[in-house]
Amino acid sequence: MSDDIYREIILDHYRNPRNKGKVENADVTVHDSNPLCGDEIDIHLKVDEGVISDVKFEGKGCAISQASASMLTELVMGKDLKIVKDLKKEDILENIGLTNLGPARIKCALLSLKVLKVGMIKYYSENDPQSADQIRNESSLY
Amino acid sequence: MQRSIVNSYELRNDFPIFRKKINGKELVYLDNASTTQKPYTVIDSITDFYSNYNSNIHRAVYQLAEEATNMYEQSREKIANFINVRPEEIIFTRNTTESINLIAHSWARTNLKKDDVIVITEIEHHSNIVPWQILCQERGTRLEYVGVDGNGFLDLEYMIELISSRKVKLVSLSHMSNVLGTIVPIERIIKIAHEHDIPVLVDGAQSVPHMPINVKNMDCDFLVFSAHKMLGPTGVGILYAKKEYLDKMTPFMGGGDMIKEVFKFHTNYNDVPYKFEAGTPNIADVVGFGAAIEYLEKIGMENIRKHEIYLTEYALESMSSLDYITLYGPRDTKYRGGVISFNIADIHPHDLATIMNDHGIAIRSGHHCAQVLMERLDVPATSRASFYIYNTKEEIDKFVNAIKEAGRIFKI
Repeated sequence: MSDDIYREIILDHYRNPRNKGKVENADVTVHDSNPLCGDEIDIHLKVDEGVISDVKFEGKGCAISQASASMLTELVMGKDLKIVKDLKKEDILENIGLTNLGPARIKCALLSLKVLKVGMIKYYSENDPQSADQIRNESSLY
Repeated sequence: MQRSIVNSYELRNDFPIFRKKINGKELVYLDNASTTQKPYTVIDSITDFYSNYNSNIHRAVYQLAEEATNMYEQSREKIANFINVRPEEIIFTRNTTESINLIAHSWARTNLKKDDVIVITEIEHHSNIVPWQILCQERGTRLEYVGVDGNGFLDLEYMIELISSRKVKLVSLSHMSNVLGTIVPIERIIKIAHEHDIPVLVDGAQSVPHMPINVKNMDCDFLVFSAHKMLGPTGVGILYAKKEYLDKMTPFMGGGDMIKEVFKFHTNYNDVPYKFEAGTPNIADVVGFGAAIEYLEKIGMENIRKHEIYLTEYALESMSSLDYITLYGPRDTKYRGGVISFNIADIHPHDLATIMNDHGIAIRSGHHCAQVLMERLDVPATSRASFYIYNTKEEIDKFVNAIKEAGRIFKI
């Protein structure tokens, strides 16, 4: 029920998002939206020697999509791309503590992961098409 | 506040869906602008058709086929009487969207030239925007918008200016906003357009189900609406067009039933309205729509309008006592149907709808297929509650309590 969804931490990330904004000289910028509800997320990535050295997001939408994006940026900041590449939707739902969402609201929670994966495909497709394909194939998000 | 004549508490027994529980709570269905629930009489009429009359129409000579044809055509008559037009001016489509597309395809595409202007408004549903955009791309026709103020009231002066200064060939507009509930002064607009010999298409998807409509008085040239928004089944839309337009319109789809004679390289088309109903139509659901019309007529459209005014005034009054609510649309129910769009502090409409669902309450959240209006209102989304004959004052109390509950969860 809603009390379990809209916990303190979700409301906090919704109202005080971490890593919100643009990254200067970003290596990749990706935008996507959920046509059903109009949630929007942009993710900017800076990668140095295989590590995400900076990540920021911009967006508007419901508490679940925005809090999830904020928490995702915290999760991947400073991480090796090889680890980030393997993130699954279960990891994200666990990360935000929402494992009981219905099918409509799961899309809100996973929008930022979808954007991040598209960003990584874009990043890899130039110098490592094999990894780009791997992300494409392994992702059940699109 | 005036009382309602409609006994919604009793009426609810006619609708099987209200026996369903959502999260252990009674269903409070407040998404009627999207689609309405169906009474037994509609559901039963469809079962009855398939059980006792099922056959194809307009062709075979055996008894069953004659009975099915009669039932289908009787529905056409009921609908024609309901809006005061002739049966041959009623075309069955799949929905309002298809009705508008039919006009765009069969009338506008052949009659409008490059630089001719189609006038629509900022309150339109996507179904009254996108078909015209497609036409404009194809034919070089131009689309012009009449703006609205924050309550959805049209800038009539600008509309008059457009009509008198440009090559306007069609005015196409919604009778009632599906977001704000605003009812537009349709008869006045039609009169102005007709003074310049411009036909008017009225999107009645939100108005025909909720108030008395007399096409003879309104004098629109085209009227479109959907069965499923007025207790009828999904998959049945109506296109009314004046006979003089129908006679000159080219076919929409080609195939069976829309023909008189087919030769190897040409075809003589059937008479109106059959010319526009190619292929086996949705017979059972058209029959079901006939049952819905009978049900609505028994209650009386004037009474339905009064019941919704009563509910809307009560809801607006209850909601405005909460200072964190932003209400959209006119406050005076003289200019407003039973649709209330609103926002609550920084709670996104989707989060509110999730919380409402805990209480068994179904409301809509999002852009309501009206993104042009959303941009005008400068909001990404709203929550929307919309009423019908079976909604009660107690349900509005539950709805307002759920809003307060959302305020508590979001710590407002």
